Amino acid sequence: MTILSALEWLAHTPWSVALHESQYVWPFTESIHVLTLTLFVGSAVMLDLRLLGLALRDVPVSELTGRLLPWTRAGFAVMVATGVMLFYATPVTYYQSIFFRIKVVLLVVAGVNVFVFHTRTHQSVSAWDRDARPPRAARVAAIVSLVSWAGVVVSGRLIAYNWFSCDIQPQPAFINWVSSCVVGPP
Amino acid sequence: MLLPFFTWCEATWLGQLVRDSLWLFPVIEAVHLLGLCLLGGALLVVDLRLLGLGLRQQPIAVVARGARPWLVGSVVLMLATGTLLFLSEAVKCYHNPSFWVKITTLPVALVFTFAVRQRLAARDTFRTGWRSRLLATASLALWFTVAAAGRWIGFSS
Repeated sequence: MTILSALEWLAHTPWSVALHESQYVWPFTESIHVLTLTLFVGSAVMLDLRLLGLALRDVPVSELTGRLLPWTRAGFAVMVATGVMLFYATPVTYYQSIFFRIKVVLLVVAGVNVFVFHTRTHQSVSAWDRDARPPRAARVAAIVSLVSWAGVVVSGRLIAYNWFSCDIQPQPAFINWVSSCVVGPP
Repeated sequence: MLLPFFTWCEATWLGQLVRDSLWLFPVIEAVHLLGLCLLGGALLVVDLRLLGLGLRQQPIAVVARGARPWLVGSVVLMLATGTLLFLSEAVKCYHNPSFWVKITTLPVALVFTFAVRQRLAARDTFRTGWRSRLLATASLALWFTVAAAGRWIGFSS
């Protein structure tokens, strides 16, 4: 069984069809997904800007990581839950979307950056907690975070545009390859 | 009554430029969304503080001052990109109920944020009483309405 055939099976399960065809549940889910960006990316961005010395310079870094990050995590949980629902509604479309694939790659980059920051860089926070300009490793983490999350948001938004859809042929061979399009004989 | 104005907006050079381009609208829309993240962060960090949550070991004024440049910057970015999006489909917006919810709530939210909230958030105090909680709740409700109605423009027609 290929990934594609598994997702085609998933797309035909009753709940997937119901979500896909619903008049209100899908747009509500999509709206929650978008609005929770303010909580999730918004709070993460404030921490990144603090690490760059560009916002909240009078607030110790540890207070942001201690008291703001729980809100970031809560936001992330909502993003994942609604994101999974949206994927479940049209799994094949997302799987074959070049923007979705870019988004997944950037999510991995952002995730690795979060892991490295918290397991290494942030360990020494007591030494630079009140610095207006934290050390280089923290600033690098902030820039990687800002760029990767911004990329996730932009590529996520562009999934809605079908310029490179497998259903619209001919596409350049590169696009068909990157999106795993199944192209029949002409 | 306002329809001629909306028709004029759509016929402007900028409106035509965005409408006639394949990728300009989506790209501006994506930047608008990035602005939303920034605006959300700059608002939430202060509203949470006013609710006695989040960065509550700092005086209210310190948090508000630290977030303010990004609040102003993100509002400017949102207004600029929002105007471009609007110009490209002004007549469609005219017939869209969500657009009217958004465009009437937006000035209220802006005046509330920069006139009312600004004054209370400038106080150099740690205390969060019922007044600051009410203020933060109103701020969150107003901006939530603006953002939710904005997203819904694309769903209602």
